[in-house]
Amino acid sequence: MVSTMETLAPDERGPAAPAPQPETLRLQPTRGFSRVLAPRELWRYRDLAGQIALRDITVRYRQTALGGAWAVLQPIGFMVVFSLIFGNVAGLSSNGLPYPLFSLAALVPWTFFSTALLLGSDSLVSNSALVSKIYFPRIFMPAGVIVAGFVDLAISFVILMIIVFAWGFVPSVAILTVPLLVVIAAAAALGTTAALSAINVRYRDVRYVVPFAIQMWLFITPVVYPSSQIDEPWRTLSAINPMVGVVEGFRWATLGTGNAPWDLIGISALAAVVFLFAGLAYFDRTERAFADFV
Amino acid sequence: MTDVAIETSQLGKSYTLGVKGAGYGTLREAIVEKAQRPFGRGRREKKSSDLLWALKDLSLTIHSGEVVGLIGHNGAGKSTLLKILSRITEPSTGYADVTGRVGSLLEVGTGFHPELTGRENIFLNGAILGMRRAEIRTRFDEIVEFAEMERFLDTPVKRYSSGMSVRLAFAVAAHLEPEILLVDEVLAVGDASFQRKSLGKMNEVAKEGRTVVFVSHNLAIIQALCTRGILLERGEVKADAPILEAIDSYLRTLESAASDDLLERTDRDSRGYDETLVRRLEIHDASGGHPNVVVAGRPATIAVDVTEPLPTMECQLTIVNSLGQPVCTFDSEMNAPVDVRENEPGTRLECRIESLPLLPGRYRIDVIVKAKRHIQDGLQAAALFDVEPGTVGDRPMAAEAEGDVVLAHSWRLPA
Repeated sequence: MVSTMETLAPDERGPAAPAPQPETLRLQPTRGFSRVLAPRELWRYRDLAGQIALRDITVRYRQTALGGAWAVLQPIGFMVVFSLIFGNVAGLSSNGLPYPLFSLAALVPWTFFSTALLLGSDSLVSNSALVSKIYFPRIFMPAGVIVAGFVDLAISFVILMIIVFAWGFVPSVAILTVPLLVVIAAAAALGTTAALSAINVRYRDVRYVVPFAIQMWLFITPVVYPSSQIDEPWRTLSAINPMVGVVEGFRWATLGTGNAPWDLIGISALAAVVFLFAGLAYFDRTERAFADFV
Repeated sequence: MTDVAIETSQLGKSYTLGVKGAGYGTLREAIVEKAQRPFGRGRREKKSSDLLWALKDLSLTIHSGEVVGLIGHNGAGKSTLLKILSRITEPSTGYADVTGRVGSLLEVGTGFHPELTGRENIFLNGAILGMRRAEIRTRFDEIVEFAEMERFLDTPVKRYSSGMSVRLAFAVAAHLEPEILLVDEVLAVGDASFQRKSLGKMNEVAKEGRTVVFVSHNLAIIQALCTRGILLERGEVKADAPILEAIDSYLRTLESAASDDLLERTDRDSRGYDETLVRRLEIHDASGGHPNVVVAGRPATIAVDVTEPLPTMECQLTIVNSLGQPVCTFDSEMNAPVDVRENEPGTRLECRIESLPLLPGRYRIDVIVKAKRHIQDGLQAAALFDVEPGTVGDRPMAAEAEGDVVLAHSWRLPA
């Protein structure tokens, strides 16, 4: 009955060479924080982290007609619309700067942040086949999205600088703070997406909330208006939204005008650290049940 | 050398029972719950009646180099055990000690990204399976050769035929060199020659002294590869014995399950919406007589009784031989002019077979009932039946016929 199941040719390579004494891993119920903040675990899977980021980068624009141009088109498109509506029609202040430049300098980091939120919050659910079938530190999923976002950010940053120079502005040494600002934005994005993606595993409502929340977040961030329009102490307090410091910092750093908004950047940096650790902590506590729900 | 590869002690896994078909709740429910018990800590204390134990008190020792087959009905806990061993999910009680690198052979294409090329997917999938990049690079040519697809390396996987994706997926996984390999129902894929090649590779892996834990419904494959069988039933070990003995016990449980009232079965298809359930399934010979005893070559009728008369029910029946290999499938969704759709709602679905072309032996029938475009209920081994010798196309059957089927045919022979 089972003629195809006969014993098959034995292996000609012989037994595998003796491996170093393998370690024993105890799998048991765990409590509290266990995984995300375990650097050994992350290090062990570093190759996978790289592959996931590479996949996210490669896939993002494959089979799109415009490819990487999308990284630029979105902020540029918003810049045009915002300049027409908020700059011309509504006549919002831009601290004396050309409104297109004023908004683009803010849109570049904002687009990085909002895209990370949008794609990252869905990353566990859209990779549910993997999450439910194989073990790896789950944080790689939202983190991969953010790493892939750096590529877009780099492209749109170059375009921003070209436009800045073309407009006759010359950035000061303040431009050296850009990496710091990017780190703040990435930390805030990682903390937020970690929490959102974890909640999304249990409650798919997140999918509907996120696009809406991103729009709200845009308006509490000084993208279309300068934060100088806000009265103290609210101006300073508003920087607990990490993107406030990032956006105002980006304007100052890339356009080379105005005073350094170190107060905003400082508060936002602290806030980003809080976002990061709170988000990762929540992720870590819920991670062990992802496969049961996703 | 009899090192222990896997040792579990009182390993258990429970799931909280929720509304069926809704594995995740809505935020509103959670908020409402929280609002009602503002000082409650997290979720409501779990009552023991809300818990489903997928695995209970499992204590096992698997030595390195053993090739173990896990068998049992749907929902017996086989996949849950593999999930715990591969760290996908945590146990609720007890522990498992796992010594050595664990690799899982995954369902086909899990971890493949359709937009990426074959080459990119080899690296991605290798990393997902736990291979180091350098390792993949050194084995790259071997993998490509095994999959037989040099020409398509730079083609996106979405343009591959399903056979090609299967070959590539298996090739990557087969070149993983873990000390412990977990395999969940993956070998029944690809064409016959590739299946043979995959089986050969599995055999090779087993002979290299690696530990393999194998889940499959195909008892023939399990029997061919494994030396030890563990039969799980409702999360507990029912038998732990040499593979042939374990398979025998399993076949006996199938028999007793099929003779029980089907409504009491708990191993139903988890995808079912359960608006209607299979109450009874029998196969009758045209001449009457005992149900579930039929004569080869004669007309037969398979009758399925369900609990509720839903509109536009469809039914899929699969006849499976005693080694768990499917023989044939009858699917009412593939309709034909000879089919009859009654005007009245009812609870009986019938499938007529003109001439039953099966060799004598014992077979089982798996059933899936669909309605409203959903699977409503599914049962494996809803009935077991015996085929007695008969004549097919006026021809008696050979005493030592091979295979499962016999077809009406005629010869033209020289003098």
